[in-house]
Amino acid sequence: MALSNETIQNKLVEKFGDQVLNFSTASGILSFESSKEINLKVLQYLYEEPSLGFTFLTDLCGVNYPDNKGAELVVVYHLHNFSENIRLRYSVSTSVTETAVFTASKLFESANWMERETYDFFGINFVGHPNLKRILNVDEMDYFPLRKEYPLEDQTRIDKDDEMFGRG
Amino acid sequence: MEHQTHITLPKGSIEKTTTTLNIGPTHPATHGVFQNIMEVDGERVVSTEQTVGYIHRAFEKLAERRPLYQITPITDRLNYCSSPINNMGWHITCERFLKLELPKRVDYLRVIIMELARISDHLICNSIVGVDTGAYTGFLYVMQYRELIYEIYEEVCGSRLTTNIGRIGGFERNFTNTAFTKLEKFLNEYPKVLKEFENLFARNRIFMERTQGTGGISAARAMNYGFTGPNLRAAGVDYDVRVQQPYSSYQDFDFKVPVGTTGDNYDRFLVRNAEMYESISIIKQAYQKIQEFKGTDAEVYHADVPEYYLPKKEDVYTKMEALIWHFKIIMGEIDLPKGQIYSAVEGGNGELGFYLVSDGGRTPFRLHFRRPCFIYYQAFEELIKGGMLSDAVVTMSSLNLIAGELDA
Repeated sequence: MALSNETIQNKLVEKFGDQVLNFSTASGILSFESSKEINLKVLQYLYEEPSLGFTFLTDLCGVNYPDNKGAELVVVYHLHNFSENIRLRYSVSTSVTETAVFTASKLFESANWMERETYDFFGINFVGHPNLKRILNVDEMDYFPLRKEYPLEDQTRIDKDDEMFGRG
Repeated sequence: MEHQTHITLPKGSIEKTTTTLNIGPTHPATHGVFQNIMEVDGERVVSTEQTVGYIHRAFEKLAERRPLYQITPITDRLNYCSSPINNMGWHITCERFLKLELPKRVDYLRVIIMELARISDHLICNSIVGVDTGAYTGFLYVMQYRELIYEIYEEVCGSRLTTNIGRIGGFERNFTNTAFTKLEKFLNEYPKVLKEFENLFARNRIFMERTQGTGGISAARAMNYGFTGPNLRAAGVDYDVRVQQPYSSYQDFDFKVPVGTTGDNYDRFLVRNAEMYESISIIKQAYQKIQEFKGTDAEVYHADVPEYYLPKKEDVYTKMEALIWHFKIIMGEIDLPKGQIYSAVEGGNGELGFYLVSDGGRTPFRLHFRRPCFIYYQAFEELIKGGMLSDAVVTMSSLNLIAGELDA
């Protein structure tokens, strides 16, 4: 039996009840959310339940919504079931002041660096991560550059000394 | 930060029996900017720690202030051995997100360009594996044929390495007859050369002994590590985005997905070689399909999407509507729909994904690139542990790591 988005949704609701919420389908991918406390339980259930079998973590990244008070930071997991060829998007949100989220690196080795990258750019603290330190940016950096509170430089600024770049 | 005036050795570093070896960030044996701090026992690798990020350029942040069409040149600079695939992958993401329908001819032209890019990518990777095992000849020889591919790009879009090829909705101009002549020349000359290249390595005793059984990984571990592309297929998993989730009309083509068994350097080499033959076959099929278009259909090279596809320059000068669209596109004044999409293409070294979140503004709210080699480079330590240092170098090349993609 081919696995469909409805089956996945029913299975999840059956297992987790109203703890999993906001189901929607966009471009054929089912997405849903849950509280960050149960993220490992949900991921493990999706991984280990034979009829679901989401054993491949395609992508893990962060998104910052500064206007969602109390849920400013979101961790997005893209999962894939190869044999049924179906994708799934799962996200958990956390506040910008209390950024602890459980690490998925025990379940997926691939999550290791992707979580480091998410920590590097958004400051999400993955609890239980074996080596949570910056990966692409320099270690001395004291801010999280992909957060919306750090805008790119104003392109129209004129106070800059451009001589170094041959434009002065 | 406190400034250290002398080097303090870690405790126990005099007594220990292993050697700490720093390779990189720039080193002749690493093709790209990669640093590894290895613990070696004689010539055996005990452990290694990879450092990445030396050419990080904050693409994801940059993309948040650019309209969609200005993000294409950013994608060039991810995997620069096959930038057309990245460009097309980005266009396809935008088109899926904006729900645009493309003419078949555009799809087939794209398939030709993408498969050429795949060949040039695999060509580099496999010949570099050859260089690292001591056979320089193959590398120099096939460069002539990569040049033929670059000439085709040049004819289509004007540039060679960072191509910025195509636009949202199609191509910037139709393929010229010269482009097709050059394609024919490539299709005539290249298969013979590929066969020679294969003969040079595939049953070469030195090459086999250097690559067989080194850098191997099981299918289960490879999946857990997020391997995709030829590296995953070499481990025996027949996952190919072109087959599983066809884009750009790949479902119209007849091709095989080569797989290996052991996931070692030799299998990776063979899988890439076999894929190049498949790519040639796909290009031939696509070229044939293109020749079947007659009349006005044979001139189509873009979809009719005035909001995203720049009008002809002469129309801009003579027609009001074209002028308005031209202005709005160039100034990035087109509002995007709200929503999010994950869309992937089969890049040169794996599943290249684009996760686009839009809040209804004119630029992406968030854009994340799923860069395949960033994800599978994590497994490097597991691949080389216990092996010889010289095999680690070969493993690194055979993973097809591209620093530009890794660091984004």
